[in-house]
Amino acid sequence: MTEFAVELRDVVKEFADPGKAGELVAAVNHVTLQIKDGEFFSLLGPSGCGKTTSLRMIAGFELPTSGEVLIHGQSMGKTPPYQRPVNTVFQNYALFPHMTIGENVAFGLQMKGVPKAEIEPRVKEALEMVRLPGYEKRKPRQLSGGQQQRVALARALVNRPEVLLLDEPLGALDLKLRKEMQLELKTLQREVGITFIYVTHDQEEALTMSDRIAVFNAGRIEQVGTPADIYEYPATEFVAGFVGVSNLIRGEAARQITGTAADFTIRPEKISLQEAGAPVADGRCTIGGTIHDVVYLGAHTRYLIDLDGGGELVVVQQNLETTSMDVRAARGRKVQLVWERGHNRLVARSG
Amino acid sequence: MAAQTIPLPPPSLARRLSTFFYRRPRLSLFATLALPLFWLVIVYLGALLALVIQSFYRVEGFTGQVVREFTLGNYQQLLEPANIDIILRTSLMAALVTLAAVPLAYPLAYYMARYASPRMKTILYVAILLPLWSSYLVRVYAWKLILAREGIIGWAAEQLGLSGVLDGFLAIPGIGGPSLALSNFGVFIAFVYVWLPYLILPIQAALERVPKSLLDASSDLGAKPNTTFRTVIWPLAFPGVVAGSIFTFSLTLGDFVVPTVLGNSQFFIGQAVLTLQGTSGNLPLAAALTVVPMMIMGLYLTAAKRLGAFDAL
Repeated sequence: MTEFAVELRDVVKEFADPGKAGELVAAVNHVTLQIKDGEFFSLLGPSGCGKTTSLRMIAGFELPTSGEVLIHGQSMGKTPPYQRPVNTVFQNYALFPHMTIGENVAFGLQMKGVPKAEIEPRVKEALEMVRLPGYEKRKPRQLSGGQQQRVALARALVNRPEVLLLDEPLGALDLKLRKEMQLELKTLQREVGITFIYVTHDQEEALTMSDRIAVFNAGRIEQVGTPADIYEYPATEFVAGFVGVSNLIRGEAARQITGTAADFTIRPEKISLQEAGAPVADGRCTIGGTIHDVVYLGAHTRYLIDLDGGGELVVVQQNLETTSMDVRAARGRKVQLVWERGHNRLVARSG
Repeated sequence: MAAQTIPLPPPSLARRLSTFFYRRPRLSLFATLALPLFWLVIVYLGALLALVIQSFYRVEGFTGQVVREFTLGNYQQLLEPANIDIILRTSLMAALVTLAAVPLAYPLAYYMARYASPRMKTILYVAILLPLWSSYLVRVYAWKLILAREGIIGWAAEQLGLSGVLDGFLAIPGIGGPSLALSNFGVFIAFVYVWLPYLILPIQAALERVPKSLLDASSDLGAKPNTTFRTVIWPLAFPGVVAGSIFTFSLTLGDFVVPTVLGNSQFFIGQAVLTLQGTSGNLPLAAALTVVPMMIMGLYLTAAKRLGAFDAL
């Protein structure tokens, strides 16, 4: 047994191109990935990047065109979903509408042939775990979206899978509920100690919950790392742009700041704004610019600044002293942008 | 900057009318439904009521005139063995046609709902509906030709040296007859053929509404394909099957063309009604006999409701 809960080895998945008859497109293109036991691992990327297809290959709904999927060191080959030691929480919950909540949660146990006497307490326990005690007799349509979501979670976890797959499970919930559920999921994962593989397009969600993240783009993995790695040290232009605001500086502006024309990024919250012409300390980068647009966001303010050397940067400042009134007056003002040189990140251009 | 008011256009009659109805949604709804309501309540239900009332009248034996006096005599007459025979024969045929049509319709409906490309689906829709666009009578006569002793089935049996088998089959009492075209089996085949589209489409619609993710979920939770079918797909498609079976069952129950063209001389309800009100001129008894399929359908729908067929509606 290896330490990896799930491994993808050079996995390719091709589908028939809906646009061009007879041609194939690779939804997943030579992906290799190792997910450790007990990890909360996120597959992050825009829609159509191959993250969901990768998850579906782990679950067994799709088979790889080439390459290999291993679960706890065992090659899955053509093993159908109903024989894999994983369970899935689906994007739209996929609760069986003709069954009660209790029957939904009991479904997996019945399939496994767990004795009846054992099923009932386990269903009860699972519903208590997701804070829906006593909901056994209700039907899915009598529950709110957040409650259905929790039932879906209970229905998967009650089987004690080795790996839990979650396909954008919070996508249909409103923002406040989503934030609550993020924390709840994270807590739950720590309690049960099961490996979670979590698909999302929401970078904030991935950063909040994950131990590690794989950033997908166009069927390939751009970077794998901890949330801090991904955010602070984006390996590619795509990662820098997808996770947070990219603030890519290239060409003439880059030369003015660092002396070379190599592309680099700087996170918007690392930059401070000063009056034009104010003195700058050693070891700090600086460039002049004009405030082009201002967005007041309550806790902080986002400035869009046209750089003197060409290009534009986003700067985020906490509203420690400023109010919405001050913010309005800032438009069109000349400013000086200053930040630690150490925050510059050289990035590779994404293919 | 002062906000500029945009003057509203002068209210024309049409605009005033639109506003009037827009602000009175109930009145609009009533105006929309007035015509169909009139049709359903007065014409449709009215005709049914007239029929039921008629069934309690009697015919003066001597003059053949309908006498408007309340009597249960017609219903008593229905209990005579000959009439019971007709009712049982028709109900059995309707049940068998329905049972036989389901395994034919279901796989096709399943293919259409799950696997067919949009193009293939259109082709199949047309193929299923196409027969309904041609005369039903013509299609039943086509079956008479197919099933006749000199027809293609008889010919094929002869070529294959199976005439003996066919004759043996036709000799089975209750099913056979002088030829397939003059047997209850021929009636059965033609019924299954003419009503099949009415079963395929509701099943297909019901299956279409079962999200693919439910099948994924079932298999993810450890259910093998046949278990998924039994526990997830079938229960969710069941209302569609029942909806379709109501068509196959009720249409068979009331039909008189197929048994007239293809059957032997044994009557079905529809034929009996036709003969009673036409040849015999006993309109009240004919009316009483048409009440029978209505009651059978009432029982059928009650049973379907008990089975939970309408829970998903």
